[in-house]
Parts: sequence; C-alpha cells; structure tokens
Amino acid sequence: MRGKALQLNPNVIKRNERVDLIFKWVAILSTILAISVLAALLIDVLSDGAGRLSWKFLTSFPSRRPARAGILSAIVGTFVIMGLTAAVSIPVGVAAAIYLEEYARKNWFTRLVELNIANLASVPSIIYGLLGLGVFVRAMDLERSILSGALTLALLILPIIIISSREALKAVPFSIREASYSLGATRWQTTKNAVLPAAMPGIMTGTILALSRAIGETAPLITIGALTYIAFLPTSPISVDGTFPFIHLSFEWLKDPFTVLPIQIFNWVSRPQKAFLVNAAAAIIVLLAITLLLNAAAVYIRYRFRRTWK
Amino acid sequence: MRHEAGKERLREKGVNLFLFSCASLSILTTLGIVGVLLFETVEFFREVPFIQFFTDTQWTPLFVDKHFGILPLLAGTFLVSSIAIVVALPLGLLAAIYLSEYASPRTREVVKPLLEILAGVPTVVYGYFALLFVTPLLKKIIPSLSGFNALSPGIVMGIMILPLVSSLSEDAMAAVPNELREASYGMGATRFQTATKVVLPSAASGIASSFILAVSRAIGETMIVAIASGQQPRLTLNPLVPIETITAYIVQVSLGDTPAGTIEYKTIYAAGMTLFVLTFLFNGLSIWLSRKFREEYQ
Repeated sequence: MRGKALQLNPNVIKRNERVDLIFKWVAILSTILAISVLAALLIDVLSDGAGRLSWKFLTSFPSRRPARAGILSAIVGTFVIMGLTAAVSIPVGVAAAIYLEEYARKNWFTRLVELNIANLASVPSIIYGLLGLGVFVRAMDLERSILSGALTLALLILPIIIISSREALKAVPFSIREASYSLGATRWQTTKNAVLPAAMPGIMTGTILALSRAIGETAPLITIGALTYIAFLPTSPISVDGTFPFIHLSFEWLKDPFTVLPIQIFNWVSRPQKAFLVNAAAAIIVLLAITLLLNAAAVYIRYRFRRTWK
Repeated sequence: MRHEAGKERLREKGVNLFLFSCASLSILTTLGIVGVLLFETVEFFREVPFIQFFTDTQWTPLFVDKHFGILPLLAGTFLVSSIAIVVALPLGLLAAIYLSEYASPRTREVVKPLLEILAGVPTVVYGYFALLFVTPLLKKIIPSLSGFNALSPGIVMGIMILPLVSSLSEDAMAAVPNELREASYGMGATRFQTATKVVLPSAASGIASSFILAVSRAIGETMIVAIASGQQPRLTLNPLVPIETITAYIVQVSLGDTPAGTIEYKTIYAAGMTLFVLTFLFNGLSIWLSRKFREEYQ
C-alpha cells in the first residue's frame, strides 16, 4: 500500500455510483413486492367475500346449507375467549415483568427465567395446543371448554406480554424511581404509583398486539379439540328469576364448548363446495377487520403517548 | 407509626411473593410442555421401536398397515420451510437494508409498520390465500402443479416471516454505531459499499439471529400447510406434489376424535416432541447469537 497514492479514477466512481443506484432500486422493489402481496391478499379476500357480508351473515349460526350459514357463534366465541384470555394473561404477564425488571436480583434463577421466556416466545403455537390438551383437557378434566381454550391461549401469549412489558418498564428512567424513594415510598408504592403509570402506554401497546395475535390463532385450539359445529351460544353469566336475590351469577359458560372465527374459517376452507369458500372469505373480512383495528389501536397508543424522557 | 411501617413491610413481602410466582409460572409452562410431550412420547416408544421411527420411510399411523417413520413428515417440513426461507431471507434482508441505509426516517415510519402488518395477518387467512389465490396463479405457469403442493404454501409462508427478518435485521443494523458509517463515507464509499462492507458485517450476528428465528417460525407454522399442502406424508423433495408436515399431521389427527391412550393419539405427541426439539435447537442458537450481538455493541 505504501507509496501507492490513492487514485480517484472517474470511471471507478461512476461504476460505484451505478451499482449503488441499481442496488437501491432492487431493495426498494423488494420492499414494494412484499407490500403488494399484502395488497393482493386484501383485494382477493374482499372481492371473494364482500358480497356475502350482511347483517344476517353476522347474526346466523353455522349451517349445513352455505347460504343460510353465519358466524354468530364464532364471533361471540372469539370475544368470550379473548376476554378470558386477557383477564388471565395480562395481570400475570405484567406482574412477571415487574418482578423481573423491578424486584429480581441478578442471579442464576433470574437468568434462567429470562432465557426460558425468550425460548417460550418462539415455541410453535401448536405445541401449546398439545400442552393444553394434555394438562387442561385431560389431566384437569376441563373438557374442550371455553376455560381450556382461554387458558391455552393465555399461556401462549404470556411470554409476548412479559417481553413487551419489560421493554416498557425498562424505558422508564431511573430518576423517576429515585424521586419516589426519596419521598419515603416503598418499592411497591414506587412501582404502583410512579413506574407503572409511566410505562402504561408501552404495556398497553404490547398487550394489544399480543391479544391480536391470540385472536388469529387456530392451531392450538384445533389441537385441544375445539368443535367446529357450534350452533348455540355459551350459557348466559347472568340469569334473572323470581327467587332471592333475583339476579344470579353463573359460571356455567366456562365449561361450554365453543368455536371462534379462525376455526370457522378453517372449517369452511376445508370443504369442497364453492359456496362455503365464499363464506370463508366473508368471515376472513370480519377477522381481518378485528385484527387490523387492534393493530391500529396499538399503533395509535404508541404514537399518542410517545414520550421522550429527559 | 411503627404499626404502619410493619404493615407496609408485610405488604412488601406479599407483593414480592405474588410477583415472584407469576414470573415462575413461565418455568412451570416449560416443565409442563416437556413433561406432557415426554410422557406420551415414552408411551409411544413402548409400542414403536426407536429404529423404525427414525429409519422407516413411510408414515401411515391412520391406516390398517401402520408404519411409523417420521422421515416423510420431516421431509415435508424441510421442503416447505426451505422454500419459505428462500423467499424470506433475500427479500427481508433487502427490505431491511433499504429501511436502515437508504430510506428517510419518514418513509421508514410508514413502511416498517406496513411490513409488520404482514406478520399480524392470521395464518388461517394465509392458508386461504395460498390455496385459492397463489396455487391457481402458479398453475398457470406450472401446469403440472397439484391443487395441494409444497410450493404455494412455502412461498406464502416466506411472505409471512419476511417482516420477522426485515424488522429484526433492521434493528440490528440500526444499532451499528454511526461512526462506522461516517468513516466509510469519509473514505468515499457509496451507500451500497457501506451497507455491504461495513454495516452488514458489523450487524452479522444480529442478522443471523433473525434468520434462525425465521427458520424456527417456518418449521412450526401450521395453518398454511394444513390448508394448502395436502395430507399425504411423502418422502420427496418435489415441491409440486401434495405432502404433509409435522404440524399439519397434528392438525389432521386433532380434527378426528382420537381417544387418549390409542397409538394414533400418542403419535401426535411423538411428532410434537420432534418438532419441539427441532425448534428448541434453532431458538437456542438464535437467542445465543442475539445476546452475542448485544454484547458487541450495547
């Protein structure tokens, strides 16, 4: 190298710039290609199924006759399962994140838990189905019920909630905690009154994204044996009658069998008749609308409450 | 005052215990998974010899003439995942380079969430798309393509895991210190040269980690293959004919009513164990690489 002066050959510069430009466009086109697949998917589903969407489709039960079939039990099932999944997984997930971020000492156990959660986040969802089948359906004898389904999905999204909540807690600057401690607050008071409120938008964003993933999950629910032909709704949690205290709470619905939108879609896609495929497309539109709305809500919260700490 | 402080301390202890048990639940989950899989797999191997499971070239537990060779399911899984990887890695990496090295911050803020929507679409929807849009489209180009095949779900799966590659690789490249880029530009390098000779090598372990995570996701993906690849376990690398993956087999058995204790029931756990071990190895490698990367730069 020594003695050899750096030469600025105009041809080399020009060639380098041309390669750069070509590469830039290849990269842009790859990105556009990926996004246009998304567009093709949306257009395909809309053109197949939009004509089938109607109030009657949303409020009818599944049927052997495609023209009379609807997704009422699937929609109700999806919301019930989601509500229960959220009720179980959010408190546990956020508590685990608080423990790891605010309480735990850095020892071998904490490291083990961290590695374990990272691995659980990438375990295929169908394995959670096998877990649910073995533990909830068989060992605990909960049958193929709403409770089994929700618990299985809760375990599935728990690692995602823990990881994203930890990120949110990590982003809260240490000075906030120190300010709280200096006022004599205990660790729990600090966490509850200072850290959690500051981390809330981040926690909510991650939680909503996790739930939107759970809504689309099919495989684990099929594995625990969720029935596909459900032409009834879960038992009502509240009943009113003439005996004291007149309004009765019931948890019978936890033991009811269920179906959800993705399972109904899978069921229709697997049938040869064209009319059922149209039903599947219409149900997909509803499922996508729910999923995209949740995603949009998550993105909105992320931007609306975005805060830069000084 | 003193009484108050005592109560406060007690509450601290209670809260600590509660939080600790929530965190420990994740360990229980793993133990549960391993326990359930192991229990039924041991039962399975009481009836089926180890050698047959790994060397027999047929998988026909649902037929009268039963064979229990996992190879055809492994071949199906390998075939579909390979196609997905061939689609997702180059496209995902190119998209990541574009977002990290070329795009303006404003473009990035729009395009990155758009790409991530691809990962948020439920997989059953991708199954529909593969079976009723991509397969008919491919059939126009390759007339010999079967209605169920490995090619179409493989391509669609590639699109699905693309955001995993692009987002995580972009994160890795964004973490490369700007001084390195500036030094490269200062030497007169173009953005292409800087990206390929400076940024990519510096972010290599982070990018590799995202690749391996994508492989693991492809191996475990279920609904796309359950819908669009058929249910015929076949020891082949031909992407044009119906095949079956490990995951699709588990779905197939779960759809029927298979009582606990039967050999059919045990096969889904043996297949599930194989799947779990495979993905566990890839996940472990990915986690190790990403930690290594973080040590390098953060």
